[in-house]
Amino acid sequence: MTILEVEHIQKSFNGTDVLRGISFSLEQGQVLAIIGPSGGGKTTLLRCLNFLETPDRGVIRVNGAVLFDADDPATLRESQIRRKRLHFGLVFQSFNLFPQYTALENVKLAPELLAKERPDYRAGRGAIHAEIEANARGLLAQIGLADRMDSYPHQLSGGQCQRVAIARALALRPDILCFDEPTSALDPELTGEVLRVIRGLAAQRTTMIIVTHEMSFARDVASQVIFMDGGRICEQGAPREVFEQPREERTRQFLSRFAQE
Amino acid sequence: MELILQQMPVVIRALNTGFLQTLKLFFITLLGAFPLGLVIAFGSMSRIRILSLSARLLIWVIRGTPLMIQLLIIYYFPGLVLHRPIWGGGESGRFLAASISFVINYACYFSEIYRGGIQSVPLGQQEAGLVLGMTRRQIFFRVTLLQMVKRIVPPISNEVITLVKDTSLARIIALQEVIWAGQAFMKGSHGISGAIWPLFFTAVYYLIFNGILTVLLAHLERKLDYFRI
Repeated sequence: MTILEVEHIQKSFNGTDVLRGISFSLEQGQVLAIIGPSGGGKTTLLRCLNFLETPDRGVIRVNGAVLFDADDPATLRESQIRRKRLHFGLVFQSFNLFPQYTALENVKLAPELLAKERPDYRAGRGAIHAEIEANARGLLAQIGLADRMDSYPHQLSGGQCQRVAIARALALRPDILCFDEPTSALDPELTGEVLRVIRGLAAQRTTMIIVTHEMSFARDVASQVIFMDGGRICEQGAPREVFEQPREERTRQFLSRFAQE
Repeated sequence: MELILQQMPVVIRALNTGFLQTLKLFFITLLGAFPLGLVIAFGSMSRIRILSLSARLLIWVIRGTPLMIQLLIIYYFPGLVLHRPIWGGGESGRFLAASISFVINYACYFSEIYRGGIQSVPLGQQEAGLVLGMTRRQIFFRVTLLQMVKRIVPPISNEVITLVKDTSLARIIALQEVIWAGQAFMKGSHGISGAIWPLFFTAVYYLIFNGILTVLLAHLERKLDYFRI
């Protein structure tokens, strides 16, 4: 089943074209890895999907429903955008955990705030909070932080912080979980624990879009790879095709530079 | 020395009354200026141009002129120039005028501290809140506010301690605060005249009160030490 369709997304900042017509689709349970040089538009694409940027042109559909259409002002309303964001989760390069909350509180905060909008909130308050708490504890245990739930972000290592950030995003049960270079801010020693968590999610058939510079990881975990450069998709296909028999010269150049390192 | 000891009880009683007025002005200024400062800060950061321009103009004028002049203008301008004495007579009128001057003045200083505090919270915090489906309001109150408070406690402490001493400026419109009460013994008050020591002695009141405040504010700073930004 196709969960995400992106058509002709364009975005420019002050006259500089950052995305020049991006189209792709993603099946439920698939993992899409986006690779490419810095400044190629990968992050901007993720930010568009999460409504942190508004594309100038294009359409975004999730489960067949139009979430965003640059030509239809009704889809741009601020009040609805907040709800639409919940189809996507985003894990940032710099974690962006809330420093004044413990790991557990970071995971619980957004679900608790959203629960207040439920019509049955007043009646079922106690049960709702208990459920959110249990879910948050379960997620933190799943990522191996059962014993650090009451730690504050500054007491955690970068890898632990990033894992909490993943749990925080998962707590809202997004349809598609996006990662923006999730290990780029980490020491090489700490990337492994984060990649292991993402691998685990892939094994559970979580639909994910991962922007990454970890080529071997992308090759292992992805069901589809997109190589982006200059705001365009240069090449896309199964990881084996893109990594082993790239058709485009630009892809080959990029990959060979990584192979040398 | 003997004379001073003799005069002490009377003087202390008078100075206490004066200092009560000082304290009232201090607390009312904080009570008004803390929230008003936030309003002015949001105004100055607003995307609506007329709003941000008027907030910045206000901040410029208020921070650019002496508080003493502001007190004089706010107290005397309506009555002497417009012939509409809106403050009423007596101590309560003076207190009202002084309170309003102080609230506006300190709100402008606070607003700039707030603005700095808000802008120093990384944009990523706001974006993390947005992608988690939080409203801007929730993001401000649940995420930004406490981080901002932690950052602004030291500069706000500075302003608060300055405010304790600035209340003495209200003497210029004859508000009967502690300096006024001390000075009164020079001309004659409570059967004592020609005594200058009560005026000097008022310094002890400021010193002790600021000592207490310093301890409290340091305590607040420590309380917020449980997280780092």
